[in-house]
Amino acid sequence: MELFNAKFVSHKISRTRWSPVSSTSLQSPEIFATGSWDNEHNKISIWSIKTNVGDDHFEGDPQLLCEYKHDGDVMDLQFLDQEKFAVASSTGSLTIYRFQPSSQKITVIHQWDRAHYYSYGNAPCTSVACRTPEIVTVGEDGRINLFRMDHKGIEYTIGKKFLVDMALFCDYNADSSTIHAVTFLRTDEVLTVNSIGQLKMWDIRQGNKPSQILSITGDRVPLHCVDRHPNQQHIVATGGQEGMLCIWDVRQGTVPCSLLEAHSAENYETELEDKLRSMVQLPSQTIRDFAYEYRALCLKWRPLWLKKRWSAVLNACNPRLAGSLRGVVGSVEDLVRVGSQVERDWGNSRRTGTKFRPVHEKPSP
Amino acid sequence: MWEIEELDVEPITTVIPWVNSSKSRLGFEWGPGDMLFYETVKGGGPKGKVCPLIHVVRKDEEMYSPILRKLFNESHHIFVGLQRSQEESASKPKTHQFVSISKNYRSVIRACIEELQHIAVSSAVSALTAQDYNQISILLAVELIWNLCEILFIEAAPAGTLLLHLLDWVQVHNAGVDDEAQELLHSEDPAQHPKFWDVVICYVLQGRIQEARQLLAKQATQKPAASSMFKTMDGLLKKMPVFNPSGNQTLTEFELKWGHWHEECNRHLEDSSFASNSNMETVCKILLGDKDTLLSQKKHLTNWYHFLVTQLLYTHPAVKPQDLQYYAQECMDMFLKNQIEPEPLDSILLAAFKFDILQVIKDCSIALNNWWFVAHLTDLLDHCRLLQSHNLHFGSNLREFLLLEYASGLFTHHSLWQLAVDYFDYCPEFGKAYLELHIERVSLDTERKALKVLRICEQRQMTEQVRSICKIMAKKSLHNNRLGSALSWSIRAKDAGFATLISDRFLEDYCSRGSFSDLELIDNLGTSMLLSDRLTFLGKYCEFHRLYGEKRFTEAAKLLLSLMTARLAPRSFWMTLLTDALPLLEQKKVIFSAEQTYELMQCLEELTSSDQNEHPSEQEDDIEITKVELLRLALARNLASAIVQEGSVNAF
Repeated sequence: MELFNAKFVSHKISRTRWSPVSSTSLQSPEIFATGSWDNEHNKISIWSIKTNVGDDHFEGDPQLLCEYKHDGDVMDLQFLDQEKFAVASSTGSLTIYRFQPSSQKITVIHQWDRAHYYSYGNAPCTSVACRTPEIVTVGEDGRINLFRMDHKGIEYTIGKKFLVDMALFCDYNADSSTIHAVTFLRTDEVLTVNSIGQLKMWDIRQGNKPSQILSITGDRVPLHCVDRHPNQQHIVATGGQEGMLCIWDVRQGTVPCSLLEAHSAENYETELEDKLRSMVQLPSQTIRDFAYEYRALCLKWRPLWLKKRWSAVLNACNPRLAGSLRGVVGSVEDLVRVGSQVERDWGNSRRTGTKFRPVHEKPSP
Repeated sequence: MWEIEELDVEPITTVIPWVNSSKSRLGFEWGPGDMLFYETVKGGGPKGKVCPLIHVVRKDEEMYSPILRKLFNESHHIFVGLQRSQEESASKPKTHQFVSISKNYRSVIRACIEELQHIAVSSAVSALTAQDYNQISILLAVELIWNLCEILFIEAAPAGTLLLHLLDWVQVHNAGVDDEAQELLHSEDPAQHPKFWDVVICYVLQGRIQEARQLLAKQATQKPAASSMFKTMDGLLKKMPVFNPSGNQTLTEFELKWGHWHEECNRHLEDSSFASNSNMETVCKILLGDKDTLLSQKKHLTNWYHFLVTQLLYTHPAVKPQDLQYYAQECMDMFLKNQIEPEPLDSILLAAFKFDILQVIKDCSIALNNWWFVAHLTDLLDHCRLLQSHNLHFGSNLREFLLLEYASGLFTHHSLWQLAVDYFDYCPEFGKAYLELHIERVSLDTERKALKVLRICEQRQMTEQVRSICKIMAKKSLHNNRLGSALSWSIRAKDAGFATLISDRFLEDYCSRGSFSDLELIDNLGTSMLLSDRLTFLGKYCEFHRLYGEKRFTEAAKLLLSLMTARLAPRSFWMTLLTDALPLLEQKKVIFSAEQTYELMQCLEELTSSDQNEHPSEQEDDIEITKVELLRLALARNLASAIVQEGSVNAF
C-alpha cells in the first residue's frame, strides 16, 4: 500500500516546486516551495521533509522552514537554481526571491513591477519559464517578456508594431487572447499556449510573429499548460480544459499526434448517465458480455446505483430473456449464470429445431 | 409552530476607534457578512471635522482564523460525505452510522482545540491573544454540548447504557484528575502526598472504581493497623455492580443486585466501620449517593452536570431517559444555589436533558456568533429523523434555514466560498436561488478564478450565471482593449449582441489602421463564427483578405460579391468593400464576370442613391466623389472586357 502524508496548511496552494539538487548529488530533493492564492494575504513558504532526530513529528511530515508575504496571488513559481526562485504574481509583477538554508530566511533579490499591464491597471502574469540567466513571462495581456536576472529592465518584449499615419504606433501584444503557459524549447525559442487552443512557437530574440502555430482543428478548447519532453526537444505535451492531454511533434504537422483523455470533462457524468440509460442488449451480444459491460459503466458513474435499480438492467436486456429471468435473479452474477444457461438452451433448441424445418430455410446460428 | 421570541441577552457592544461616539453621528450599511460604518454630520448643521475613514466591522472573526479554517474544511468534507451516503444507500440508515459521523465531527473539534492548546503551551511568548483563549473555551463548550446531544438524541441510549455513556462524557470532560494522578504516582511516596485523598475522591466521583482501588491499595500497605477497614472498602468497591449492556443480565436483575449492594454500604456506614478515617467515611457516603456529601465536594465536581451524573450513578444507575430532566433540574438548582441566573451553557445543557431539541438549537444560535455548530448538528439530527418538519415563515424547514445562513456567511469569505457551494447544493428548496445570487458576486481578479467559478456554474447548469460571468470578463477585456480576449469570452457566453459589438470594433480598427490586429484569432473561429451576423461577416472578410493574399482572385471576388448581395455586410462598410474590389477590377485578366459586374453596379447605385436620400442637401466630399467615379469607370471597363471575353469563342 502506498504511504502518503497529508498536512493541512489553512490556505489554498497554487504551486509547489521541488528545489533542484545538483546533478552530481545522488540525493533526492528535500526542500520544496509553495505559493498560495485566493487569500487576503498570500505568502511563499519553504518546507522541508527532512526529519530531525528527536522531533516528535511524524516521519515525512513537511516542516515549515520560513514564509514570506507576497502581493497578489502566486500564479507561477519556478526555481532558477538551488536557492533562487522566480514568482509570477496576479498583480503583474515578477519577483526573484532567495532562500538561504543557513539562516532559513527568504529575501527579495529583484522585482519587476509592471511586467504585465493594460492601459488602465495591471494584468496578471500567468506563467514563468526559466533558463538561467534568462526568464520569460507571459500574462493575461498577451505579452511575452524576456528578462535577465542581473538586468534591471525588461530585455525584450515580443509584440507587433502598427504604423499609423506616418507615426510609429507600437502595440506590444504578442497574442490577442490570454496566454496561459510558457516553456523554453530550444535555446532561443519558447512555446506558449493560449485560451483559444493554440500552441505558438516564438523566437525570443527578435521577431514579432510566431514562427509556428499549431492547434486542434475545429476546436477552440483552451489549453492551460505546456511542457516539453526532457530528452526529445521536439515532443511537447499540453493540457486542455476538458481534461484532454495532447502530445505534439513540433517538427511536423500542425495537429497533435495523439490525444489522451486524462481527466473527466465537465459533463462526463451526464455523458455516462446518458450512455447508461440508452444501453440495451444487442441481438448479437451475449447476456454475459452485456451484463458485465453494464456493470462496469454503473461502477464508473454511481457504484451503488445498480443495487437500487436492479430492474433497470433487466429492462435493458433482451425482452424474451428478461421475461424468463424476472424475479429469479437478483445480482449480476446470477444474471450471467442463469442467463447464459437460458441462452444455451435456446441455442440447442434452435439447432435441434432445424431438423424439422423445411430444407430451403437456412438454420439459424 | 416554533416562534422566535425576543432576545433575552444583552447585545455585545463593539467600540469603533477614531470615532468620538459622544460628539459624532454614525451612519451604517448592512453587508452580507460585514457592516460599514462612517462618521457623518447632521444634515444642514455646521461642518465640523469628520473622520474620513470608513470602518468595516466584521461580525464573524472566527472564519478568518487559520486554525479554525481546518474546522470548516474538515466538517464540510464530513457533511458532503453524509449527504452522498444518504442519497445513495437504499436501505434505512442505521444508528451506528450516524453515531460514527457524529464522532467524526467531534474529533475535528477536538483536533482544533488541541492545536490551539499546543500553540498556547509551546511558544515561549504566547502567540495567542485573548480572543484565541476565548475560542478554546467556546470550542470546549461546543464539544461538550455536541457530545451530550450525541448520547441523548442520536444514540438514544436506553436505561442502563445511558448512565454508562453519561459517565464517559463526564470523564472525558473532567480529565484534570489524570494529570494530578500522574503527579501523584511519580512522587516518592504517593500515599503521603497531600493530594492523595483528593485524587481518590475524584476517581470515585467519576465512577472510576478500578483506579480508586489501586490507589487505596497503596494506602493500605502503609497502614497495616487499619488493614481491615481498607479490606472492607476494597470489598465494597469490588462488588459494585456495573451494568453490562452486552451481557445476559437484564435491567431488573441489575437493579436488584445494585439494591443489595447499596444496602450493604449503608450497613457498613452505620456500623461505623470507617469512623476512624474521615476520608474513608466520605468515600463511603459518596458511594451511598448522599447529597450533602456530594455538595460538599463542589470543588472536585466543578459543575452541576458532574454532580448530576455522580448522583445518578450512586442513587439511580438504571435511570430512564425520560426521567433525566427532573433530576437535572433538581441538581442544577442545588448546585447553583448562589447564582441568580444560569449561564447560557447551563441552560443549553438543561434543555438537552429535557430532550427539547429545538430549545437547544435556539439557545446555541443565540449564544454562538457563528452558525457552524447549529447548522451541522441540525443537519445530522434531521437525517436521524428527529426533527419534525417545521415550516418557518422565512425559509423552508429549520435545517435548510440554518444551512443557508451558514453557507451565506461562508460566501463572504474570500476563500471559503468554494465550500459554501456544496452546502447550497444540498438545500433542495432555496439552495439554487441563493447560489445563483451569491456566485455572481465573487470577485474575479484573475482569469483562473473566473474559470473556476464558471466550472461550478456549468456543472450545475446555471446558464444565466455563465452568461453573466462571461459577459463581465468580456467587458473587462474590452475596457482593457483586448479585443481577442473579449471575443473569446462572448463566444463562450454565446452572447450574440456583444459579439456584434466587438466585431464592429474590429472593423473600426481595420478602417483606422488598414490591417487587422488579430488575424489568427478571426481565422480560427470555426463554427463559432455563426454566433452573430456581424461576426460571420468579419470572419468571411478576413477570409477574403487571405484569399487575396494567396492570389486566388476568382474565389476572392466571388466571396466579396456574396458578402454584399447576401446583405451580410453592414451598409456602412459597403464602400470599403467596393474599394477593395477596385484592384480586382483593374487587373489585366478579367476576374468578375458580366453578371457579377452588373451586381456590383447595382450595389454601387444602391449605395449612392441611399446616400443622396439621406443627405440630399449636403455636398459630398471630393474624395468620395472621386472614389465613386473611379469605381464607375472601373466597373464599366470590366463589363466591357467581360462581355467581350464571354462573347468570343476560343479558337482552337
